[in-house]
Amino acid sequence: MTLETLETPALSAPPARVVAARLAQAGRSGFARYGLLAGFLILWQVGSTQGWLNATVFPPLDLIFAALWDGLASGALIDDIAISLQRSGLAFAAAVVLGIPLGLFMGQIRAVEHALDPILQFFRQTSALALYPVFILLLGLGEASKVFVIFWATLFPVLLATIGGVKEVDRKLIEMARTYGATRGTVFRRVVLPASVPSIFVGLRLSATTALLLLIAAEMIGANRGLGFQVMNAQYNFQIPLMFAAIFLLALLGLAANFTLVTLQRRLCRWAEAN
Amino acid sequence: MVLTEPITRPAAGEVTIRDLFKSFTLNGRRLDVLRGIDLQVRGGEAIAIVGPSGCGKTTLLRVLAGLEDPDRGDVLIDGAPVHGIGNQRAVIFQEPRLLPWLTVTQNVAFGLEVRGTDRIKAAEKARHYIRLVGLGGFEEAYPCQLSGGMAQRVGIARALTVQPEILLLDEPLGALDAMTKLTMQEELSRIWREEGVTMILVTHDLEEAIYLADRVLVMSKDSGTPTRLIDLDLPRPRDRSAPVFVALRRRLMAEFGLH
Repeated sequence: MTLETLETPALSAPPARVVAARLAQAGRSGFARYGLLAGFLILWQVGSTQGWLNATVFPPLDLIFAALWDGLASGALIDDIAISLQRSGLAFAAAVVLGIPLGLFMGQIRAVEHALDPILQFFRQTSALALYPVFILLLGLGEASKVFVIFWATLFPVLLATIGGVKEVDRKLIEMARTYGATRGTVFRRVVLPASVPSIFVGLRLSATTALLLLIAAEMIGANRGLGFQVMNAQYNFQIPLMFAAIFLLALLGLAANFTLVTLQRRLCRWAEAN
Repeated sequence: MVLTEPITRPAAGEVTIRDLFKSFTLNGRRLDVLRGIDLQVRGGEAIAIVGPSGCGKTTLLRVLAGLEDPDRGDVLIDGAPVHGIGNQRAVIFQEPRLLPWLTVTQNVAFGLEVRGTDRIKAAEKARHYIRLVGLGGFEEAYPCQLSGGMAQRVGIARALTVQPEILLLDEPLGALDAMTKLTMQEELSRIWREEGVTMILVTHDLEEAIYLADRVLVMSKDSGTPTRLIDLDLPRPRDRSAPVFVALRRRLMAEFGLH
């Protein structure tokens, strides 16, 4: 009989030697994880200042961070971040609000899924960017078409992952619940829904990545504000440090979105990683 | 021994099976799995159902559980015909079938909650049965932290918590290792005596059948051989190495053409 035992917290303050050992341990694991990234950044900086790299295409990091700081301090980049967040956030929220309930419904009722699957697969395989001109014709060049194209591409990962999650719920667990007299609603609430949460999260993370990808594409094609536009615009005006600053912010946005979802998933699916 | 004489619960948990038929169609061929089964189970009795694979013992149990409808014939509980799933019965499957996102207590309370008992009361009762199956101290563990035997104990506790009159067990110890199996057989025997439930047990293991049951129903695969009922007139608690026990095992094995 085994059960995970939690480390009991030390009551008295640990001696300095132990603290030093722990710090060394933390340092080693930190180096193992972030050492390569740090090496890459150092190589960039040194390569650019020493002339190993073309400094006009790869400006030194300090110039990029200066451009980033200027953009943030003057508020110009803040505006871009805000509008980009608004576009991708709205689209993502709409995809989640529509995709999860629709997926839960489709996964439960075979006939519905059977009838809707071909058209879904067809839509999914049609590149959202190819459809962007159509959305512009329908919705104009304003915010609506941008949000819609992002929404379109973002919807499918979460929808398909939800359908898959519901369909893959262990039939034996459903049968078990039924032997206790559980109604359809109870089975859904107490078995199907919690069992689908992990795959829904896989879909959410894919959707979040897609949302940022489409955001940049949409802003590059037809916008005059936003981080995607800023990347393009800075390149046209040959403000390469600013271009990299915008790219850096986009990467940061992606990391933040993923971090938020992973944290939320850990909270909700603690049972899945308890061992 | 506190409980040497059988607990008398008049009529409660009495099962009558009358002329039960069930067939399946497999690849266009009709398979008559149950062919006119008759059985009378007294309240509080322990019956083991044995037979070769494909003889219909699991199907019979699923019909009794209400998970399958018979083609013909009746199942009566305490004299009243039943259709579908009912509160008098609880099923223990070969796999524990625990919900991985619930703790041991929440899993054990699940059946009661589904039947409408409020959370606090259900958890209280669940804790009682967790102790009964010997899992005290593991109330807050998650299923993935438990061994196979422990998980099966949780499944057993969940079935006991709803206090059924009839416990239906479908090869409940089939997936456990030999050592755990022996311990669990003793536990099942003790629980059955203490709870006074009717127990209908499907098993592959003839020794398990003799150890636990009052009577053994031997089912056969071919339609020529009828089902037989064997009385096990052995004192309890049973001793696996007693001559009567060994003789009975030999006789049962002979039923299957094993010597």
